Amino acid sequence: MSILVDRETRVCVSGITGREGTFHALNNKRYGTEVVSGVTPGKGGQSVDGIPVFNTFRQAVGETDANTAMVFVPARFAADSIVEAADAGIRTIVAITEGIPAHDELRMSAHLRGLGDVRLIGPNCPGVLSPGKANVGIIPAAFFSEGNVGVVSRSGTLTYQIGNELAQRGFGNSSIVGIGGDPVPGSSFIDVLALFEGDPETELVVMSGEIGGSAEEEAAEFIADDVSKPVVAYIAGFTAPPGKTMGHAGAIVSGSKGTARAKAEALEAVGVRVGRTPTEVSEIVVETLAA
Amino acid sequence: MDLLEYQGKQLFARHGVPVPAGRPAASVDEAVTAADSVGYPCVVKAQVQIGGRGKLGGIKLAATRDEARAHAAAILGMDIRGLRVHEVWIEEASEIEAEYYASIVFDRSARAPLILFSTKGGVDIEQVAEEDPDAIASLHVDPLLGYQQFHGRRLAFEAGIDADLVRPLTALLGKLYDAFVGEDAMLIEVNPLIVTPERELRALDAKVTLDGNALFRHPDNAALRDPSAEDPQEQMAKERGLTYVKLDGDIGILGNGAGLVMSTLDVVAQAGGRPANFLDAGGGSKADAIVAAVEVILSDEKVRAVLFNIFGGITRCDEVAKGLIEAFERVQPQVPFVVRLDGTNDEEGRRLLSDAQLPGLEVEATMLGAAERVVELAAATPALDTR
Repeated sequence: MSILVDRETRVCVSGITGREGTFHALNNKRYGTEVVSGVTPGKGGQSVDGIPVFNTFRQAVGETDANTAMVFVPARFAADSIVEAADAGIRTIVAITEGIPAHDELRMSAHLRGLGDVRLIGPNCPGVLSPGKANVGIIPAAFFSEGNVGVVSRSGTLTYQIGNELAQRGFGNSSIVGIGGDPVPGSSFIDVLALFEGDPETELVVMSGEIGGSAEEEAAEFIADDVSKPVVAYIAGFTAPPGKTMGHAGAIVSGSKGTARAKAEALEAVGVRVGRTPTEVSEIVVETLAA
Repeated sequence: MDLLEYQGKQLFARHGVPVPAGRPAASVDEAVTAADSVGYPCVVKAQVQIGGRGKLGGIKLAATRDEARAHAAAILGMDIRGLRVHEVWIEEASEIEAEYYASIVFDRSARAPLILFSTKGGVDIEQVAEEDPDAIASLHVDPLLGYQQFHGRRLAFEAGIDADLVRPLTALLGKLYDAFVGEDAMLIEVNPLIVTPERELRALDAKVTLDGNALFRHPDNAALRDPSAEDPQEQMAKERGLTYVKLDGDIGILGNGAGLVMSTLDVVAQAGGRPANFLDAGGGSKADAIVAAVEVILSDEKVRAVLFNIFGGITRCDEVAKGLIEAFERVQPQVPFVVRLDGTNDEEGRRLLSDAQLPGLEVEATMLGAAERVVELAAATPALDTR
């Protein structure tokens, strides 16, 4: 088992004819992921290395039974592409695109929640990798192997760093999920922790957060009440200068200052061990799974 | 992107939010002309993006033209907590009967805009939130429905304002919400929102943060950047499309992805070093971006050593290596570099670096090893500005 993407995954790539879209679609396909189609309006009928391109998601889903969308289109068109995928019946959407206007994300996210059963990962995320099964996104899969550690992270490259430290100690992953760092994330730590909790293959979850907002504090509450599996955390930004990105009103909303220390304390208070470096995180994972 | 007070007020005015009449001025003569047209008494306000300007002498009341001239002369060019004042805003003086607070922010966890309103304005709202949280009324707005009249009534009645102000407040909050959505704002804060003796509401201050990702929809707003708010290196980085934050230390840092860069700063600090900057070269960094990044990092003369920490996903390590080689040709760095490359095309990247034999550049296999090595090198190297 694994979460979000697996051998049943059939991917349609929006923006497949763009430079990054082509590169990563083919990368995912080489990994063994079923990349069944692409969408680029106006380029229907073409193909990218054998992958058929359609003008609309509705056509792509109808012709190729895609059940997962990977979105690579430029920021100003990305929200539109995401809701188009949902409209065509796709229920797992992975949005890699960085820089989508926050108000577009707000409306899109409210609409998708109204549909009820759509799961959006990202935007501005590295995607989801279930080693040995499927890679939907830009995670460099060669660094990871199959195993029982789930990883969920707000930061892409930090996800690779932590996954790689685990791999060097001989641990593989059930799934690696980058939820992205945008103002309106499609999925939160809580959403992904709940999936890992229900996944029989996952024995431990590594959660990697960073300063700002209150997602880590909310995850701590959820872990205390609803997660039985061990969780090991990492928080980036202990030495980041305060006040560079956060307005006053934001600090009120979060109910804390959004500092790395406050987040680490909230997690430790519910029994989550927090590593101070990615290396220490992997050491704690080894200890916990060996115990 | 943060706006100056007067830019925020002009934005409010476009959406029908009542603000005092005023004019910006960049010189003493312009300020006097502005004061004459606004009328006396007027207020001369320093335009810098920093709270507490008033206490630091950045806001003065002028009863006459001579006073306006004297205040403008004193305030223009003044240094307020490290920010130089390039512009003043000359505004009609307002009589204040009461001070309220209103704001609209992005609530990440609720994934909806949150409106906050309080009758305790004019003071630090964080202090109110701590001491008297019940004094702040708040509610979320469904982004698909938008602002409704009942939102305003609820906030007004829950905050306990006088009955005659409920309708005007409801209307004003609607206009603020229009501005929030219409201008793609991330934050709109009015503190204080005043009640005049004529029982009218007016925004006496304006704090507006716009979404940099949506500026393509607002070319006028995109032109409002305030260069005085930025450190010269930060400005240089922004012009080159890099995310750079200057810090106090002497180890230049470059990484890809905000999380990894933050983590790199933490690990360098734990190894006993002091980072000179945060620099995120971003996803898909091309050689040009790397050259620009090296230039930005080395423009800080306190730097004694530089750490590159790359874990490539969308970023390709061979592109980073090519950028480094080109940067060494163009800039000829005088300080040691430690480079760690992992991820997409990492072997090719390391091969390019080893073939190029760049002077003073070492490759380390792990993030922790690279951090420890750069700290050692920095301790053994004099800073550029002390040579």
